[in-house]
Amino acid sequence: MTMAAVDELAFHEFEEAANLLVETPHAATTCRSDQLTSQDHVAVTVGSSVGYGAEEVEEEGDKTALLQEEKPQPGFWTFGYYQSFFDVDTAQVLDRIKGSLLPWPGHNFVRHHLRNRPDLYGPFWICATLAFVLAVTGNLTLVLAQRRDPSIHYSPQFHKVTVAGITIYCYAWLVPLALWGFLRWRQGARERIGPYTFLETVCVYGYSLFVFIPTVVLWLIPVSWLQWLFGALALTLSAAGLVFTLWPVVREDTRLVAAALLSAVVLLHALLAVGCKLYFFQPLPLERVVPSLQAASLPPNILLPPTQPHPMATS
Amino acid sequence: MAEAEEPAGDPATASPRPLFAGLSDISISQDIPIEGEITIPVRSRTREFDSSTLNESVRNTIMRDLKAVGKKFMHVLYPRKSNTLLRDWDLWGPLILCVTLALMLQRGTVDGEKDGGPQFAEVFVIVWFGAVTITLNSKLLGGNISFFQSLCVLGYCILPLTVAMMICRLVLLAGPGPVNFMIRLFVVAVMFAWSVIASTAFLADSQPPNRKILAVYPVFLFYFVISWMILTFTPQ
Repeated sequence: MTMAAVDELAFHEFEEAANLLVETPHAATTCRSDQLTSQDHVAVTVGSSVGYGAEEVEEEGDKTALLQEEKPQPGFWTFGYYQSFFDVDTAQVLDRIKGSLLPWPGHNFVRHHLRNRPDLYGPFWICATLAFVLAVTGNLTLVLAQRRDPSIHYSPQFHKVTVAGITIYCYAWLVPLALWGFLRWRQGARERIGPYTFLETVCVYGYSLFVFIPTVVLWLIPVSWLQWLFGALALTLSAAGLVFTLWPVVREDTRLVAAALLSAVVLLHALLAVGCKLYFFQPLPLERVVPSLQAASLPPNILLPPTQPHPMATS
Repeated sequence: MAEAEEPAGDPATASPRPLFAGLSDISISQDIPIEGEITIPVRSRTREFDSSTLNESVRNTIMRDLKAVGKKFMHVLYPRKSNTLLRDWDLWGPLILCVTLALMLQRGTVDGEKDGGPQFAEVFVIVWFGAVTITLNSKLLGGNISFFQSLCVLGYCILPLTVAMMICRLVLLAGPGPVNFMIRLFVVAVMFAWSVIASTAFLADSQPPNRKILAVYPVFLFYFVISWMILTFTPQ
């Protein structure tokens, strides 16, 4: 399989190099075709201080540089600066979403899917979609509940859109900021694996929220234990993605700090999920259905539930 | 006539020479009188009209703008691949539509402020900030449509949903009920599809081909939110 001669610009993927690259992200990877044996082999040299220039001088013949070259960044006041964060194609976004849905212990989301090219498109629009889906399905739940029990007063509750938007956006941007700050503070003198940049952290959090979108839609089903099951499933997938991504960075720290950080991340995620479930999908209408079904023969009972407090709830 | 040495006009005998070979030999000894007519193209005449719109009556001005808006409404209702919306953009149409929609969606404050439907300001903010966000998104992804052109297209494509709102209000006069809801759902769904198709017809061409879906999805979300606001409108 000869590659380098013709396909200098194509990005060739192969397992071994990808795995090695994941472990040592600062390595320079070159590929050269051996003249004697018509076989390519991949050399991965770990040398963060050598730089790319020296190795390029050594190589002769065709080679393919698999790492990106540093382009001069435009200033933050130009439009081009922000355009560099939206430099993604449809296929890349879909690939990143798939990567967040199926976390795998070996696969680090940042290294495997982002490949040092974080984007802001995914986090921004996933948060927007999640906020609107929360508000819409919360409203739909109320509509469906009112159908079963006409005593519930229906109202569009438009203020929930605002609440949903603010909550999701604050979570998806402030928590990564805190995490990034904490990791940088703890980095100390370690050079081997640096922490992720702020944008990569935001990316990880943003894409990890994607799994909640179908979950929220499934919460329309008015069966309580099923809702909690879906919620737990989504939370597991999402938190697993976060933990697997953070593990390589955090495992070099002391055990205590690593454990505390990971459990804080998971806890915050769980708080978000449970909070959304309880606020937007209030279980009140569901519990009113039970007494009205049991006392179907006594019409006055249907009027009673509004005055009965929560202890009637069977969870 | 200038004195020039021209090769004899006998193509059979003359050897093939390059086209302007003899020009270097031309010497002009006297001024060449130039005669003729120069006609000014029509466009410059309209410029005279433009500068005199200050003197026309107010009715003319308003009717001209209204006609432009109406023409664009027709383009939205029957979406074709035409450039009118993009070339002569204006923001009057979107403003009229947005204000109409927000007024119709507003209810009285009978229910208390918290639990009600969207207020006028909320609808306004959602429409305009939503349009601005989608435009910024489209430009950041590398689209070559200008800012105001995109706002114009997104605003004009709210027209089917405004029509749906009017139909819904009429249908709601008949009283609530499941049939009522089904009719409203059907009307809103059809108009939502119409809006998305109309705006995609204008906007999708301006994006690079591997990012079309990334640019179209926010438009879908935008009209979906407006449709949901229309569908959940209850007049009590």
